Amino acid sequence: MEATRGGLVEAAALWWREETSERTLRRDGRRWTAWTAWIVIAFTTGIVLLLLSPLTLPVALGCFAHAYIVPWLQARRGARSVVPLGSERSASRLGGGHPEADGIALGLLADLVAHTERELLARSGLALERGELGTWLVGERGALLVRPGGRRVDCWCVRVAEQDGLPGGDRVAHLLLALREDERGFAKVANLGFSGAAWRVGRGMPERSRAALDAARAASRVHR
Amino acid sequence: MARLIRLDRTGHTTLAEWTEGDLAAREAAAQAFRRELDNGLLASVPRADGGAGVVRALPLDAELVVLRRPIAGG
Repeated sequence: MEATRGGLVEAAALWWREETSERTLRRDGRRWTAWTAWIVIAFTTGIVLLLLSPLTLPVALGCFAHAYIVPWLQARRGARSVVPLGSERSASRLGGGHPEADGIALGLLADLVAHTERELLARSGLALERGELGTWLVGERGALLVRPGGRRVDCWCVRVAEQDGLPGGDRVAHLLLALREDERGFAKVANLGFSGAAWRVGRGMPERSRAALDAARAASRVHR
Repeated sequence: MARLIRLDRTGHTTLAEWTEGDLAAREAAAQAFRRELDNGLLASVPRADGGAGVVRALPLDAELVVLRRPIAGG
């Protein structure tokens, strides 16, 4: 067969971007952890205020709220960067999809994934794909990467460049094929929107998709 | 029978089908392939091991060749 193991064409065009590797992912993960810790520490200064004077209670409460809300919003935004197939933000729902085209697209997507992953896809709307960097969950838009060990999840913003009427199943198929062609290239093209603990990401995901996160975490523990 | 398909708004469209001995069908498939690549599509061949390979010339021994649009961050 003439198929080559060449890199992702889209990644080759981004010459100014750093290549994604385990090292860059670890570094970015540490940055996210440091940033979150800074937010929490900065806003828990409310304790100091309370110690200085009980009259500062309203300001201290505001600080505590910030310390909780900002990291929560960041994790939620990361989780919501992934659109599961068939979710309320799915192309099929928002764009008034064509049932026949949706069915054809789903048929092809089902052919692309293995039996176990097919079942999970039907239940959760996310396609599970094992890679070298970890276990991926791919949606119509966006992807989650559960790092080896299953504790950290990276949330990636990525999509078909010209979505123009594509059924949801085809959008997943596009991302899945690109990921399979070149995992590191895929991560290079995508934008990292959040990196943090799996439980923080899971909290922001639709309930039906959390099963996929659990499965990916289990696969990543084996991956380790 | 091998197939060349394009992912599009209909789900997918079969652009060409060919068998090893059908030279005319193979040539038609190669032409359709080049035309779609010239239009900016990318070609991917799903492999039996669950991976996929990028191709820039039609692999006539592949069972399925998928033409897809480029992806982007965002």
